[in-house]
Amino acid sequence: MFGFQLFDTILLISLAILAISLLGSIYRIIKGPSPSDRIVALDTVGINMIAIVAVSSILLRTSAFLEVILLVGVLAFIGTVAFAKFIERGVVLDRDRDQ
Amino acid sequence: MTLLHWATISPLLLAILIPFLYKYLRSVHTGWFVLALPLVLFFYFIRFLPETSDGGVIEQTVNWVPSLDINFTVFIDGLSLLFALLITGIGSLVVLYSIYYLSKTKEQLHNFYVYLLMFMGAMLGVVLSDNLIVLYAFWELTSLASSLLISYWYHRKKSTYGAQKSMLITVFGGFAMLGGFSLLYVMTGTFSIREIIGNVDTTSSLFIPAMLLVLLGAFTKSAQFPFHIWLPDAMEAPTPVSAYLHSATMVKAGIYLVARLTPVFGGVPEWFWLLSGFGIVTLFWGSLSAVRQKDLKSILAFSTVSQLGLIMCLLGLGSASLYFGAGTDTTMYTTATLAAVFHLINHATFKGSLFMTAGIIDHETGTRDIRKLGGLMTIMPVTFTISLIGTASMAGLPPFNGFLSKEMFFTGVLNATELEIFNMKTFGLLFPVLAWVASIFTFVYCMILFFKTFTGEFKKENYDKHVHEAPFGMLISPIVLGSLVVVFGFFPNLLSYTLIEPAMNAILPTVLGPDEQFYVNIYHWHGFNTELFMTIGVILFGTFIYLMMKKWAKLEIYLRERDPLNKVYDGSLVLLASGSHTITASFMRGSIRQYLIYIFSFMVLFIGYMLFKLNAITFTGEGSAPITFHETTLALIMCIAAITVAFARTRLTAIISLGAVGYSLALFFVLFRAPDLALTQMVIETVSTVLFLLCFYHLPVFKEKFEKVPFRLTNLVVSIGVGALVTIFAISAHYSKSFESLASFFVDASYKEAGGKNMVNVILVDFRGFDTLFEILVLGIAAVGIYSMIKLRLQKEGS
Repeated sequence: MFGFQLFDTILLISLAILAISLLGSIYRIIKGPSPSDRIVALDTVGINMIAIVAVSSILLRTSAFLEVILLVGVLAFIGTVAFAKFIERGVVLDRDRDQ
Repeated sequence: MTLLHWATISPLLLAILIPFLYKYLRSVHTGWFVLALPLVLFFYFIRFLPETSDGGVIEQTVNWVPSLDINFTVFIDGLSLLFALLITGIGSLVVLYSIYYLSKTKEQLHNFYVYLLMFMGAMLGVVLSDNLIVLYAFWELTSLASSLLISYWYHRKKSTYGAQKSMLITVFGGFAMLGGFSLLYVMTGTFSIREIIGNVDTTSSLFIPAMLLVLLGAFTKSAQFPFHIWLPDAMEAPTPVSAYLHSATMVKAGIYLVARLTPVFGGVPEWFWLLSGFGIVTLFWGSLSAVRQKDLKSILAFSTVSQLGLIMCLLGLGSASLYFGAGTDTTMYTTATLAAVFHLINHATFKGSLFMTAGIIDHETGTRDIRKLGGLMTIMPVTFTISLIGTASMAGLPPFNGFLSKEMFFTGVLNATELEIFNMKTFGLLFPVLAWVASIFTFVYCMILFFKTFTGEFKKENYDKHVHEAPFGMLISPIVLGSLVVVFGFFPNLLSYTLIEPAMNAILPTVLGPDEQFYVNIYHWHGFNTELFMTIGVILFGTFIYLMMKKWAKLEIYLRERDPLNKVYDGSLVLLASGSHTITASFMRGSIRQYLIYIFSFMVLFIGYMLFKLNAITFTGEGSAPITFHETTLALIMCIAAITVAFARTRLTAIISLGAVGYSLALFFVLFRAPDLALTQMVIETVSTVLFLLCFYHLPVFKEKFEKVPFRLTNLVVSIGVGALVTIFAISAHYSKSFESLASFFVDASYKEAGGKNMVNVILVDFRGFDTLFEILVLGIAAVGIYSMIKLRLQKEGS
C-alpha cells in the first residue's frame, strides 16, 4: 500500500510540475512578442499536454487515453506546420497550380 | 340540412354561380338571374306568417360542431321573420333597381352581385340563427360584404377610405361582441339564445361585462353615437347598396341583436339606460348633423343614424316592462317596444324609397349637391311624388306611416317620464325634450331635402347632362316602397297582428300572462293629447326654422359638414400608426448587440427573479468530490486563457487563447475520465481554431484596426449577471437533485444487451442512436450549406 501511495504522490508532483510548465507556456502565448514565439509556445503546450495525459492515465490506472496522446502528437505537429506555412507564405492550403 | 337551411344559405350558393353567368351570358344583365332568388325567398318566408302570428315557432337544427355546442340552428319567430321579410323583400326591390341603375357594359356586375348575394345570405344567417357563434360568423360576413360593396368603385380614394373605416369600426364591435358571447357561454353553458334566456344570472359578476361587450357590437353595427361616423362615409357605395345595406338591413342588425337579447339582458337599469341614453343622443346628434349636410345621400345617412337612434331608444324604454314582469298592467311600457317595431318597418320602407330617389336624381342629373339642384318638380314628376311621400313620412306628417310611429314615439318617451324606477324621476324629463328638439331638426332636414331638390328655379347650367325622368324600370322599386308607405299609413293594422305582435312577443316574452295578448291597435286620431300638440309644435317650429334659413345658414356650424368625431377617428388612426412606429423604432434598432442585451437581461432578470422567489438557491456542499491540486491548476490555466480572450489586444491572441481554452477543456475531459470526449474535443478544437484563423486572415484591409475590445458598462453588468446566474443555477441544480440518475442502467446493460464495452459509443449508436442520426444530418446540412454559400456567391460574382 505504501508503495502505491508513494508512486501516486510522485505522479501527482510530476503532474503539478507539468501544470506549472503549461502555465509558463501559456504566459509565453499571451506575452508574445512575435507570432513565432506564440506558435512555439503552443507547440510546447501540446507536448506538455501529451505528458499530462500520459501521467494522468497512469494515475487513473487506465489505458483508455493512449489514443489521445497519439492524437495530440499528430495535431501539434500538423498545427505547427500549418502555422509555420501560414507565417511563411500567407496561406495554409495552396491553390491548384493548374488553375 | 332541411329546406330552411338551404333557403338561408341559398344566396351564398348562388353567389358562386354568378361569375359563370356573367361570363357566359353577357347579353342578359346579370341582375335578372339574381332577382329570382330574393323573390322566391320572400314568398317562401311569407308562408311562415300564419304560424308565427299564432305564436308558433319553427326550429330546425343541423349539427356543425356538436362537441363545442356550435350548431346551425335556424329559428323562426315573429322577430326573425320580420327581419327575413325585410331582407328578402327590400332585397328583391334593390336588385330590380340595380338592374336599371348599373350599366351592363360599364360596370363589373359579377363583383357587385357576388358581394350583394354574399351580404344577403349573411344577413339572413344573422337573423335566423339561434346559435350565437353561427350568428357571429354571419355577422362578420356582413361586415366583410359591406366593406366590399362600399369599395365597389375601388379606384376612388374615398370609397376605399369609407370601406376601411366601416370595416375597422364594425369589426372592432363584432370582436367585442364575440367576447360578450363567450361570457354568456361561460355564464350559462350554452350558445343557444333560447336556452340562454332564463338561464342567465343577472347577479353574476360577468353579467355587466357581457352586456357591455354585446352592446358594443350592436352599437357599432347600428351606427349609434359615437360609432356612427362610418355610415356617412359608406355613402361612397353605389346607391342600391346604400339603400339596401345602409338604410334597411345591415344597420338594423344591431337593432335585431338588441331586440333578440332583450329577454336576456332586459329588466336591469344598466340595459335600460345604455340603450335609451345612447339612442336618444344618437337621435339628437344624427338629426342635428343631417341639417348641415349639402349632399342628398349624406343627409339620408345622418337621417338613418338618427332614426336608428330613435329605434334603439324605444327598445331601451320598452325593456323597462321586463322589470315588472307578467301580471301588471304593462301597456304603458310596451308601447315603446310597439313603436320600435313599427318604426323599424316604416323606416325600411320610406328610407329605402328615399335612397332610391336620391340615386335616380344622381343618375339623371349627375349631381347630388342640394346647392346645385332645384326645380325638378315638373321635370321628374314621379320621383317628385315618391320623394314627397318619403320625406313627409320621415318628417312624421299625417297620413303617412311615419306620423303614426312618431306619435307612438312621443307616447313612449312621455310614458318614460312617469316611470318610477331606474332614477327616471330625476332624469326622465330629458327624454321628451331631446326627442322633441330632434324631431324639429328632423322636420327641417326633411324640408331641405325636399324643397331644395324639387322647388325653386331650374338652372340648366348646373347640370352636365340632359335632365329627364328616370326610365320606368328604375322607378318600380321606389313606387312599390312609396305605396307601402301610404298603405301602412292608411291601414297600419295590416301589420298589427301579423308582424308586430309576434315580434313583440319575441322581444318581451315574459311580460304577458298565460292567455294575454299585446294590445296592438294603431290609429290616427288620439284626441287632443300631448303627443298631438308636440307634433303641431314640431311642424310650426320646423317651418319657422326653414323659412329663416337665410339667417342661420351663414352660421359656421352649418357650413362645416364633416362630423367633428371624424377628427377623433382620423387622429387616433394616425396616432396609432405613428405611436406604434415610434415604439417599434425605439427598440427595434437593427443592432444585434442591443437585441442580445435584451435577451440576456431578460434571462438574468426573469430566471434570477424566479430563483429568488421560489427560494431555489441551495448550496449545501453535500456529496461533492474532493478538489485536487492538478485540477485547480488546470482550472487556473483555463481561467487565465479565457480572461485573455476578453482582454486581448489583437485578434490573433484572442484566437490562440480560445484554442488554449479548448485544449485545457480536453485535458479536463482526460482528468474526468472521458477519453472519447477528449479525442473529439482535440480534433474539433484544432479545426475550429484553423477556421478562426481563416476568417481572421480574410478580414478586409481598410477596416483592419487591431483595437482592443471597447469597454461598456452595460455589457460588463450583463455579462457578469449572466455568468453569475448560470453559476448559481448550475450549483443549485447540482445540490437539489431529486432522483437517481439512469447511469447504472447503462453500466449494467451496455455489454449484456448491446454487446459493447465502450459505454459512450454504445449509448451513441445503440441506446440513443436517433440523436446521433440527426446530428449526422446537422453536420451534413452544415457542409452542404457552406459549400453552397461559397459556390453560389462565386457564381453570382462571375455573372
